[in-house]
Amino acid sequence: MASVAIGSGEQYNYDVVRKFTIMALIWGAVGMLVGVFIASELAWPFLNFDIPYITFGRLRPVHTGAVIFGFGGSALFATSYYVVQRTCQTRLLSDGMASFTFWGWQAIIVLAALGDVMGYTQGREYAEMEWPIDLLIAVVWVAYAIVYIGTVMKRKEPHIYVANWFYLGFILATALLHIFNNLAIPVSLTQSYPLFAGAQDAMTQWWYGHNAVGFFLTAAFLGMMYYFVPKQAGRPIYSYRLSIVHFWALIFMYMWAGSHHLHWTAIPDWTSTLAATFSIMLLMPSWGGMINGIMTMSGAWDKLRTDPILRFMIVALSFYGMSTFEGPMMSLKDVNALSHYTDWTIGHVHSGALGWVAMITFGSLYHLLPKLWDTKMYSVKLINAHFWLATIGTLLYITAMWISGIMQGLMWRAYDDFGNLQYSFAESVAAMHPYYAMRALGGLVFLAGMVLMLFNCYMTIRQAKRVPAGGLAASAA
Amino acid sequence: MEWLMWFTRFENSKPLALLIFFFAFCAILFYVYGSRKRGERLESYKHMPFQDD
Repeated sequence: MASVAIGSGEQYNYDVVRKFTIMALIWGAVGMLVGVFIASELAWPFLNFDIPYITFGRLRPVHTGAVIFGFGGSALFATSYYVVQRTCQTRLLSDGMASFTFWGWQAIIVLAALGDVMGYTQGREYAEMEWPIDLLIAVVWVAYAIVYIGTVMKRKEPHIYVANWFYLGFILATALLHIFNNLAIPVSLTQSYPLFAGAQDAMTQWWYGHNAVGFFLTAAFLGMMYYFVPKQAGRPIYSYRLSIVHFWALIFMYMWAGSHHLHWTAIPDWTSTLAATFSIMLLMPSWGGMINGIMTMSGAWDKLRTDPILRFMIVALSFYGMSTFEGPMMSLKDVNALSHYTDWTIGHVHSGALGWVAMITFGSLYHLLPKLWDTKMYSVKLINAHFWLATIGTLLYITAMWISGIMQGLMWRAYDDFGNLQYSFAESVAAMHPYYAMRALGGLVFLAGMVLMLFNCYMTIRQAKRVPAGGLAASAA
Repeated sequence: MEWLMWFTRFENSKPLALLIFFFAFCAILFYVYGSRKRGERLESYKHMPFQDD
């Protein structure tokens, strides 16, 4: 491998990484706050206050947009720009274009949230934004692809490290998904009609929806994992060859699994079976990746006792393993007949979103922040407190939704001796109430951890401006 | 152009796709695990994140 001397941080463009990191923290807190509020609305509907702008239907896409694209997206921009520069040992292709992706992406999140609150939506899950915002997303994403691919092309290393493969897969697949899912005929500035109709439209939406999970929320965060877990553990990844097989198997199989969101509907039965088959096969690359990440700790498990950042990462990988077992199981038609349209799905999604995506992001950002500001974290105790709040919050949330969802499914399908439905829909809603309250509490605990992180990071950045890292080390000694 | 119609029939295109993807996967496995020397080279890349420490 080529060896290039590394100088100071100025060799790289850390400015854009810092900006995206700060916005990831802010959007995380905002998105989770909205999530707790809408969870509370479901438990205590008076919280609607008869104000249309804050009803569940309008705030739910604000929550998903802020946490997926605001928090997750900004964290991915930050870490991908950091990782590509460090592993290619070269500066980003263009500082101007990188800056454009930052301001463009933040504008998209704000415009999307405003559109949602005002009631403008094209009714496509995780893609509610109307066509002008969709066009802006396409432009920003192309700029991102140019910056990223251009940086990889001018690398000073002959090999492209595996984390970059995952980020590249995510960038290319997201472009493809976004464009085809949003093909529409505009009729005004705030309204459009989709190009597809009926079952084809549903299949397009869930091809997009599932691969948003597969490429945005999985492949990209695996890229994060393949760089930050070895760095924090101080050991290389367990098997580089396994990571190559993991990459190709994962990106190939995810593309076919979307129709499992449409079991028992008007789509052709063979597409449903195909999706279930590929979902089951996905267990293998998913667990291959999880094992690769966890085995990186082999011989150094004692570090988990003292390092809360590493604990975040290993628990994230454990949740990744659990949710990628649960997903294939739920894609089986017979299991899906019980689970679909119930809160079990919400529990599964949050097992992945809180347990995997958010926790691997927390761990990676805690690793990244001191390096970006050339300092140490303000408080390791607060990171530890955050870890426990995040873990307890996630467990409360997903346990509540498992009980609620399975109970819902069983109540909806229960018959009495005369062949009539045993429970009315309203009775099933009433039975959910304690679990909805428990879910809101779980979200609140998770949000408390996020607020702690925000405070800890704010204090870290503040102290960095006052005292350089060398000064801190000297005072600690 | 008549021969292209062969690909439009599912009973042809599905097994063909299966064969293409199966052999592609076998080729990846062979590339990754088929040679000790290549394996050692691939494994050496795992140290890349530590080069700049």
